[in-house]
Formats: sequence, C-alpha cells, structure tokens
Amino acid sequence: MKKLLILGAGTAGTMMSAKLRRKLDPEEWSITVVDQDNEHIYQPGLLFIPFGTYRRRDVIKPRSRYIPAGVQLIQTEIERIAPDENQVRLTDGTALDYDFLIIATGSQIVPTETEGMTGPGWFKNTFDFYTLDGAMALYDALDRFKGGRLVLNTVEMPIKCPVAPLEFAFLADWYFTERGMRDKVEIVYATPLDGAFTKPKASAMLGGLMDEKDIQVVPNWNTGEVDGEKRVLSTWDGQEMNYDLLVTVPTNMGSDVVERSEIGDEGNWVATDKHTLQSKVAENIFVIGDATDLPSSKAGSVAHFEGEVLEENLLRAIEGRDLLPEFDGHANCFVETGFGKAVLIDFNYDTEPLPGRFPLPALGPLTLLEESEMNHWGKLAFKWVYWNLLLKGEEIPLAEARMSMAGKWR
Amino acid sequence: MTTLANAQLDADGFLTNAEDWTPELAEEFAREAEIELTDRHWEVIDFCRRDFAEKGTAPTVRRITKVGGIPTKEMYQLFPGGPGILAARISGLPKPKGCI
Repeated sequence: MKKLLILGAGTAGTMMSAKLRRKLDPEEWSITVVDQDNEHIYQPGLLFIPFGTYRRRDVIKPRSRYIPAGVQLIQTEIERIAPDENQVRLTDGTALDYDFLIIATGSQIVPTETEGMTGPGWFKNTFDFYTLDGAMALYDALDRFKGGRLVLNTVEMPIKCPVAPLEFAFLADWYFTERGMRDKVEIVYATPLDGAFTKPKASAMLGGLMDEKDIQVVPNWNTGEVDGEKRVLSTWDGQEMNYDLLVTVPTNMGSDVVERSEIGDEGNWVATDKHTLQSKVAENIFVIGDATDLPSSKAGSVAHFEGEVLEENLLRAIEGRDLLPEFDGHANCFVETGFGKAVLIDFNYDTEPLPGRFPLPALGPLTLLEESEMNHWGKLAFKWVYWNLLLKGEEIPLAEARMSMAGKWR
Repeated sequence: MTTLANAQLDADGFLTNAEDWTPELAEEFAREAEIELTDRHWEVIDFCRRDFAEKGTAPTVRRITKVGGIPTKEMYQLFPGGPGILAARISGLPKPKGCI
C-alpha cells in the first residue's frame, strides 16, 4: 500500500484530500491528513464578525465533516518533517511514513514579533481579526467604542489576504455611519506599502475609495513597537502615532513545523517551484496554499486555483511523467467596500488587476475593479460555495486555474 | 564602466541588470540617498549581493536581519526611510517585491 500524507486540514489540505481520493485507487493508495485540532474556520468570514454580520457559528465547523470517506484524519500536532527519511513525526511519538507528501500547513499571525504588541493593550485596545478569538473580542470593543482614532495597521508583508485591512477600514466606515457616530471616529490606515495596495491600478482605485470615505492612508509605515499603555504605535525609525483603538494585522509567518524541520526561509515559507508547486526540498514533496514562498497572494482563491495544478502534477509525479508548469499565480478576490457593495479583482503573476467585466455563467458578468452590489452578493454567496463545493474539490463557477483576459480592459 | 550617468535603470530607478553593478555605483546610489557608506553598510551590501546571486530576488529586511545578522533597528539607522528598498537599490538589485 502506498501512502499519501497531507499536512494541514485547512482550505488547501481538505480540498486536496477530496480531489485525490477520487483519483487514487483506494486499493493501492492510502491518504492520511494530519491537523492539530478539529476546528475548520471559514477564514473569509472573520472579517464580518467584528461588525456583527457573522457570528461564531457561521464560520466554524468540524474539520472531520469535510474529510471524505476513505481518508484518515489524525488530530495531533506535528513535530517534524524528515524529508531524507520520507517520514513525518508527530508530538505524540507517532512516525508516519509517506511516498508523497503535501504540505498545506498555512500561515499564522505572530504578534510577538512586534515589541509590546502582546503587552498591556492586547485585547484591550489592540486587536487582530485574523483569529476567531481576536475577531470576537473586537466585536465587543467596537460595540463599546465611543469615538476617537481607529488605526488599522499592517505590520509587514506578506500577509494573508492583503485586501483584508482595506476591507476592514471600509466596513468600519459603514458601521460607524450606521451607528450615527462616523463624525466622532477618525479612521487611519498605516501600511508599509507605498500606497493602499501593491498593484498600481488597484492601488489607485482603492486609494481613491479611501479618500472618498475619509479614511487616511499613511504609507511607508514600518511598525516597530506598540505601547498599549500609552496607546502609541511607532515605527523602527521613531515616528509615532496615537490611537484609541488599534486593529492590527501582525506579522504573518508559516507554520512552526516548517521552522523545526529546517525547510523554510526567514518567514517559515517553504521553497516551492512557482509554476509546478513541487517543493525545492524533495521531489516527492509538494506545497500548496499559504505555506508556499510563491510571489502570489496568500488567499483561498489561490489555493483553489493551485489545487487543479497540484492534482495534475502529483498524479504525473506518481507515474514518473514530467510536471506541467501550469500555475500562473492566479488570484481572485472580492473586496468589500461597505454599504452593501464590493469590488472584484482578478490577477496573476504577470497581469495586475484590470477594470472590465468578469464573465460568470448563469448569473451574468460581475464588474471588475469597480464597486457593485452584485459583487457584494457574490462575496456573501461564497460562504456557501466554500463549504459545499470548494472544500469538496468540486468545480466552482469562478473560472479556471489559468487567468483569462476575457472581458478585461487594458 | 557603469556610472549613474550611463546606467540602465528601470522605472523605479533600480539597476536593470545586477551584473552592471560596481562598488563605485553603490557609492553614487548612496550619495543620492544622502547616505555615507560605512563598513557596516558594506556588510549589508555584500550580504544582499550574495543572497541575490543565490536566490534570484532581493532579500527582505526580515531576511537581512535573520540570515544576514544585522538587527532591524540598525537597518533603519543605516538606511533611513526604507531599508529594504534602499539596500536593494544601492546593491544594484531589482526592487524587492511587496508580495501580494
């Protein structure tokens, strides 16, 4: 019996277990997935929790429910990957041998990377919304907020879902307007980038929206320290900013397992071929989702598009055939802009987000790089798509792995 | 010899071809950024050049700190304003990618 081992039962790992269970003969191949707990969180939903749109129950389900029949799920922490021995060791002492390994261990926030961040202000005046605990605590903090300066902050790149801080700012503008207190709240976005976003056309468009909504963007802000007692955010070169409420996206890093196994870079991202998704660690190890060091977005849509390429290439590797350099960095994100609208962006390694129309079967075209209500409904509908199609590795009506230029305006 | 006057630069002012770099060019780039290069700056530049030769991309500040051994705070003192960008430019490397 040959063994496929998948580390991580998040978006990418769960989806791959479903895709490959359909393709690999159960008489010949066992598939095992390892994760440390049994809580699968719908991460795009965390953004909506602080504003009360979603509750805890909307975003959390047992991982085991989405692991298909014929796949074993082990709930234990992973100690170490030993590529030379084709073996993964778990913290309970179990050793798992593999013929092929998929690393899908994702990314995590590491607030302790910033001096003072987890000090006296943590979860009192300083919050993250990338964890369920953070998002829930922030719901209460926003509810209690009487006005003042709300600072949104990205500590350093790369982060998972790079549009999330912008979305938070847009939704905060809407939220305080609805509560009739927008005039009492100053919203500031302090970012290490030189504008609202990285890609020029989208940065200009989203930056324009920030202006319209009276959200101040402070570019080139390299956070060095947080003083939760005095409520001061400061940079490495000594600039300071006061805040009443700090909503931060702390440093994002790959899994500690990657560091313990000595197979990652300085951010614990695993060196991966950007077109085939084969790791540069060993030929029988592939990497998918946030865990890679690819110059693409860390986002569920990217994991989905990578999934098609990884399925093909893993099957090719098993048969000893050449891998296809098919992955083009395709990402596709709905950006919530408040007041029931959203912007859709679609891009890859080489093509930045462009305006135009995104062809969607049955429902009609969605506007690209332009606000619309339809895009907002698309974003909310995605929750259903995620649990019912994406995690099961089914086709979803969001185009194919390779980005298409159809409908885009240059 | 390549000088700032005849160097091929991209739209952001970074050297198009890292092989055209010379130590003299580094001095010129530094002068433009009002930085006087010390031994410590050269340690960073040497690391950036070596790392680029190995990896093919300009190192991030985190990488210069963790692998190159220069503390983050010092990086901001050596290259005020934008250590990642400035170190890359002075070292003749392409603009570091803000991955998205």
